[in-house]
Amino acid sequence: MNGWKRSGRGAKQRLVTSLEAQEVVVLRNLIVEVKQMLSGRGEENPTDELSVLTGIRTGPTSRPTDRVLARLLPDFTTEDADLAAGLRSLHEPELIEAKNAAASAVLEMLPAGGGKIELTPEQADTWLAALNDVRLALGTALDVSEDMPEELSPEDPRAPHLGVYHWLTFVQDALVQTRMQVR
Amino acid sequence: MVHMAAPHSVDMREAAPTRQVDPVVVEDSESDTPWQAIVWNDPVNLMSYVTYVLQKLFGYPEPKATALMLDVHHKGKAAVSHGDKDKIEADVAKLHAAGLWATMQHA
Repeated sequence: MNGWKRSGRGAKQRLVTSLEAQEVVVLRNLIVEVKQMLSGRGEENPTDELSVLTGIRTGPTSRPTDRVLARLLPDFTTEDADLAAGLRSLHEPELIEAKNAAASAVLEMLPAGGGKIELTPEQADTWLAALNDVRLALGTALDVSEDMPEELSPEDPRAPHLGVYHWLTFVQDALVQTRMQVR
Repeated sequence: MVHMAAPHSVDMREAAPTRQVDPVVVEDSESDTPWQAIVWNDPVNLMSYVTYVLQKLFGYPEPKATALMLDVHHKGKAAVSHGDKDKIEADVAKLHAAGLWATMQHA
């Protein structure tokens, strides 16, 4: 992948790139992993008889103990623990659903064995959200900080994974820059 | 106070009608109290992406979105939208869906 290009005009504008086979494998694995984490969190919450009766879904009230999930599903407020619990319960199921939908949409568009990808502006927005979730997950797991060096020392067990993170950063940043040129 | 000498039960019953009005007024003014959505700095979210999300979600022109993003980056946080509780709750939900680290608080 050498970044994203714009093609077409008006309603036919597309954001285009091509991915190599290995890049598709890396991206697919990461997205599947994040999706599984989110689905696991979603299933933690058994359907209770109230939500069966009312059809209103509620999620868990407490923050995930896993720090990656906690970053993907943040608290709504730090001011009031009860409000944070209530809003989490209310919004978390749809948040997980939105993230899973974005992840699935990207998975469906990944060409097995590599190849060209053409996105409408709306699809590009979905890709941006899904890529961001993957970077949040990987960045949190890697303890990424703002003063993180480009490369870690070879003895650092995170060193090989940091390259993947930087690649994702490039893919996402290039897509944002190109998306912002589409009016 | 006038009803200091009155028995407690009577005092409460007498006080009830006038007090009924007060809490309603207080509650109204509380729900009118503006809230704000805060975006916090984090080491993963890209400056370009944060700017784009603020433009897209709130319709801000690029200079405003960029200024807010720079506040997040340099000051650690920025209030990106203001309004009643329902609006800000919805805004924070959208920011979470986009992957930004956002919370809501009283303005």
